[in-house]
Amino acid sequence: MSGDARSAQMRKGTAASAALFVVFLVAWQWGPGLLGIPSFIVPPLSAVAAEFVHALKFDHLMLHTGVTVAEVLAGFILGSLLGAFAGYMLGMSPVAELALSPYILALQIAPKVAFAPLFILWMGFTVYPKILVAILIVFFPVMVNVLTAVRTVDPDLINLARAFKATRAQIFWKIEFPTSMPPMFAGLRIGATLAVVGVVVGELVGGNVGLGYLLTFGEGQANTPLVFVSIVMLTVVGAIAYLGVILVERRVLHYLPTRAIGGNL
Amino acid sequence: MSDVVRLEYRNVTMRFAATGNRGVLTAVQGVSFSVRDGEVVSLIGPSGCGKSTLLNIGSGLTAPSEGTAFVDGERVAGPNAHVAFMLQKDLLLPWRTVAENVMFGVEIQGVAAAERRQRAQALLENFSLAEFSNHYPHQLSGGMRQRVALARTLAVDPHVLLLDEPFSAVDAQTRMVLQRDLAQTLKLAGKTALLITHDLAEAVTLSDRVLVMSRRPGAIIDEIVIDMAERDNPIARRHDPKVNDYVARLMDRLDIGHASLEQPAAGGGA
Repeated sequence: MSGDARSAQMRKGTAASAALFVVFLVAWQWGPGLLGIPSFIVPPLSAVAAEFVHALKFDHLMLHTGVTVAEVLAGFILGSLLGAFAGYMLGMSPVAELALSPYILALQIAPKVAFAPLFILWMGFTVYPKILVAILIVFFPVMVNVLTAVRTVDPDLINLARAFKATRAQIFWKIEFPTSMPPMFAGLRIGATLAVVGVVVGELVGGNVGLGYLLTFGEGQANTPLVFVSIVMLTVVGAIAYLGVILVERRVLHYLPTRAIGGNL
Repeated sequence: MSDVVRLEYRNVTMRFAATGNRGVLTAVQGVSFSVRDGEVVSLIGPSGCGKSTLLNIGSGLTAPSEGTAFVDGERVAGPNAHVAFMLQKDLLLPWRTVAENVMFGVEIQGVAAAERRQRAQALLENFSLAEFSNHYPHQLSGGMRQRVALARTLAVDPHVLLLDEPFSAVDAQTRMVLQRDLAQTLKLAGKTALLITHDLAEAVTLSDRVLVMSRRPGAIIDEIVIDMAERDNPIARRHDPKVNDYVARLMDRLDIGHASLEQPAAGGGA
């Protein structure tokens, strides 16, 4: 396909996407009224927008958002680092992987969000249990992807480096580490969205700050618009986290053909 | 070409633990031969006769069960800087540019950055790849990628090149061009090479000598000296009817007329 044809196709796609968004907003505003859905079930767009402004002024919406963002960032960064580290360690030590794999599998199967109440028991109504849930939930996709990548490096590449008398460290930094980058970023993308899930569940379970808390607060007051505002803000936080990973990925994996790096996200 | 022996295999035997059923599999049995300075020798034989095993032993990646390999008269006890190998796969690193890929070996060996760049630049110019030095491997054709791999092999300035079916993955016409480039480079630089190939015409047109190996356990069953001019010009050699005689003789030695497909006579895309 020629570049022109592709960019024409992209323009069409973007235009259709924007049109759909407008249709969605219109349907949200007038759809519930037309269908006779009461506004405490589905509040129209304008009511949610008004609540957004109200929450900004009187409910510390930005503070709650900020706390959630900080927890997501901390959980995501720490979880990714730990996951990557564990992935490299296990990838390079088959014995360790064999010894630990049943436990890792068990932890991976256990629903991580179920740990939230436990962590709150341990650490109280602070930010730490939320960060811990996020760490736990981000850890696995990153670790598994890095582990698999290190395990599946082409042995001929390693032999090539060995034939040039590469040291173990050189083999890691010049071959294994860069080879693991694309799968690691696939894991980071999953982790970025999961980190939000982990933090929100933590906030839902206990505490008095964060968007998850605002969500339960709105629920308690039967303030449906506030619940919607919280959900929208959480989606925005998740989307920004995901886009952030994509931006870094594009820089790091610049050498790949563009379509290989989720051309359409 | 001088009489100095660059590469020698002395009574090399290689056994592996067979997979599945317990037992020992002898890949190579009592192989002895030597390659003199500046000589190009081809190894041909049926699939699984241990040709690649010999190459791994020569490059020091695996130790033989019995016997010894020597490079420049020194016993091969591990990878050493005098030997470089090249495989059918180009093994280019996708995150490195063409120039950076060429510098991969010298970088590991700790050659100074300025010197590395200079060597890479000279080699890329030699192979008419200079304008692609900042491209990434995925932007190159298969033939160009293989040429970059050859440049990387030469960048470490090895005395001995071990080539394992280097051109079997490219199309027939590109292969002839690459063969010519290789032949000219080897001649010009006076490099010694051991070439593993399934392509009988390639063996004849590129080499001074061809060694024929038997089925597993691989042993050398014949040695054919290629008495032809222009080793640096395989395309000219191809026009010489003598090539057909040599190929016919190799076919006889390999018993290709009677080979069954149980053990394919040619593998790996050849």
